[in-house]
Amino acid sequence: MGTRRDFLKGVMAGGAAATACAVAVPAAARETRPRPPEALGLLYDSTLCVGCKACVAACKQANNNPAEFSTVDHLWDTPLDTSGYTFNIIKMYRNGTMDQKDQETNGYAFMKTSCMHCADPSCVSACPVSAMTKDPVTGVVGYNPDKCIGCRYCVAACPFGIPKYQYDSPTGRIGKCELCRHRHKDGHYSACAEVCPTGATLFGKTSDLLAEAKRRLAMKPGEMNRFPRGRLRPAQEKALQGKPEGKGVMMRAGWRDEPDQSYETPAGKYLQHVYGEKEYGGTQVLKLSGVDFEKLGMPDLPPDAAAALSETIQHNLYGNLIMPFAVLGAMTWVAKRNVKPEDESSDKEGN
Amino acid sequence: MANHQHAAPAPVGGSLVNIVTLSCGVLIALMAAILVVRFLFGLGAVTNLNDGYPWGIWIAVDVVIGSAFACGGFSVAMLVYIFNKGEYHPLVRPALLASLFGYTLAGAGVIFDLGRWWNVWNMFWPGSINPNSVMFEVAVCITLYIVVMWIEFSPVVLEKLGKEDARKKVSKAMFFIIALGTVLPMMHQSSLGTLLVVMGGQVHPLWQTPALPLLYLLSAIFMGYAVVLFESCLTSTAYRRKLEMQMLTPMAKIMLGILAVFIVVRLGDVIVRGALPKAFAPSVEALMFWLEMACFIAPLVLIGAEANRRNPARLFLAGILLMLGGALMRLSGFLIGYETGGDFNYFPTLAEVLVTAGLFAVEVLGYIIITRRFPVLPREDVQAAH
Repeated sequence: MGTRRDFLKGVMAGGAAATACAVAVPAAARETRPRPPEALGLLYDSTLCVGCKACVAACKQANNNPAEFSTVDHLWDTPLDTSGYTFNIIKMYRNGTMDQKDQETNGYAFMKTSCMHCADPSCVSACPVSAMTKDPVTGVVGYNPDKCIGCRYCVAACPFGIPKYQYDSPTGRIGKCELCRHRHKDGHYSACAEVCPTGATLFGKTSDLLAEAKRRLAMKPGEMNRFPRGRLRPAQEKALQGKPEGKGVMMRAGWRDEPDQSYETPAGKYLQHVYGEKEYGGTQVLKLSGVDFEKLGMPDLPPDAAAALSETIQHNLYGNLIMPFAVLGAMTWVAKRNVKPEDESSDKEGN
Repeated sequence: MANHQHAAPAPVGGSLVNIVTLSCGVLIALMAAILVVRFLFGLGAVTNLNDGYPWGIWIAVDVVIGSAFACGGFSVAMLVYIFNKGEYHPLVRPALLASLFGYTLAGAGVIFDLGRWWNVWNMFWPGSINPNSVMFEVAVCITLYIVVMWIEFSPVVLEKLGKEDARKKVSKAMFFIIALGTVLPMMHQSSLGTLLVVMGGQVHPLWQTPALPLLYLLSAIFMGYAVVLFESCLTSTAYRRKLEMQMLTPMAKIMLGILAVFIVVRLGDVIVRGALPKAFAPSVEALMFWLEMACFIAPLVLIGAEANRRNPARLFLAGILLMLGGALMRLSGFLIGYETGGDFNYFPTLAEVLVTAGLFAVEVLGYIIITRRFPVLPREDVQAAH
């Protein structure tokens, strides 16, 4: 009977420990991380996009990616989705007669698909070898193939389906937008924004881009307004931040000088929703649209990043290895009592 | 205490060449050929993996399900050494052997699946590791556990080689190795469930919950016992040995106890999170959920009564059902209930299935060779017939 009691005790201790862990979870929950204050990103305005795909071509060139074909003639780069070799693509929504742009029924609309550069990225949390990292200053989610083991946990984890793997190669890499961080040192910013003829893709600091997005949401549809192109210029940034324009301001991050390319055009009919402001804890790439985002392929996501919950569970169970060592200690103590040195008695008899 | 009078383990003996071992050999050769193509031309050359389903059966089956099937060693060792149920001692070595193979092959299976396998050392390199990553924890724990299991099993090999001194030395530290051998599987079996948490809404609500670590741990434990039931019945039949009913019957009761707790947690979690209506939606996921639940609940009916637990056929069937239930829960979480949006589909290629079969064949072949040549199974008067 003694052993049965021992057994039950063990079961109860185990159960109590498990319950304790479960209860401890909310106590030390890791909050969803905010964007870094100087986070860089893009603002994509679907109502300004004309679907020319100059950004797709520029992205290919900037990242040295090969063409991908979906037509029989193999003449043009015609990827149908992002892939290990295509980090940016413009997709088209079509409905009925396609009479009107940015209209849900009998209309059409464009959507840019590329990395959202999440404030609290799942891919970075998932990566076991720190090949996927988030820059603490710019917030750019970058990839390092020299560390990557090709496990594709990042591919599985991303809610936007962004990191993609090169399955056709024995040395396949993960491919994703890194906001052209390799061009930043030369004063270049994201190629997609650099070449965008309508300013549909705009580069800048996410906080400024968010202010710019809200400025557009406040516009009357059809009213003439000024829209920047390329990147937000220091003067535009200051205006968006509500500061007086000053002279001799250092250009942040040393972007190449270029003329003001802003232009006047009628404002689109926006949904009152900045996609990426709150989704999954916020992203550094923001989007505006006239058509429901889910219809354009952008998932409806909760305000908390899954990485926060995953890491909360992980660190409550294994933080500083406190619990594993406690359990190990208990197990060692019990095993020491129960394991006869050798179990010799029984082993030897037979031999 | 563990000084019950058991027959000591002894090699079963007999020929190593028969229809089973030859079939295993063929499957292993096929696997090797496919792996050559995979390593020369990439994952896409032999698998149906795609960016919507970056993980296929090599992960979901070979690693996630395979390692849970390999929990027999851990479950029985807990019973014998932690809960001091010495009467189960003869089950330890065979269970440990099966676990050893299951885990070692799961580890090998991971390498087949890694797209950039030559960088795998980063997993253990202090400058690279990411302690926030659930996979980092799983990988380190499984690697350690494989080493720990080989040490746990080493007395068998040392005994065969006649290295008594070495065997005694290992035995002195065995209590600590055994303790490690219980903690490590608890850690990574629970974390195999946590792997899904970061995938968020891409995993169907019937399988996405913060309770995943608890569900995967509990199910791994009863799957461990289920596998032991399955293996004992199979080994006894194949080697024409007596069934170890005096151990299997009470062990099945313990298994049912853990199963009952698991079912309460599993259903309770689904209800509390408000996911129950999803189980009544006309979907493949709902069907999979009820199939899984049926596999968990049927054993309670099948061997719930003490008299029924003395029936080997019922024990065998209950074992299979629980293995299947646990496998379905894992398959649904990792593949069937995983939906990343877009027009992605996945069904394994024949090559993927053959690699999985080949890994299983290595396990069966290894088990046969070692039990026939090394002292693993309890000595019996009636030796193997062939």
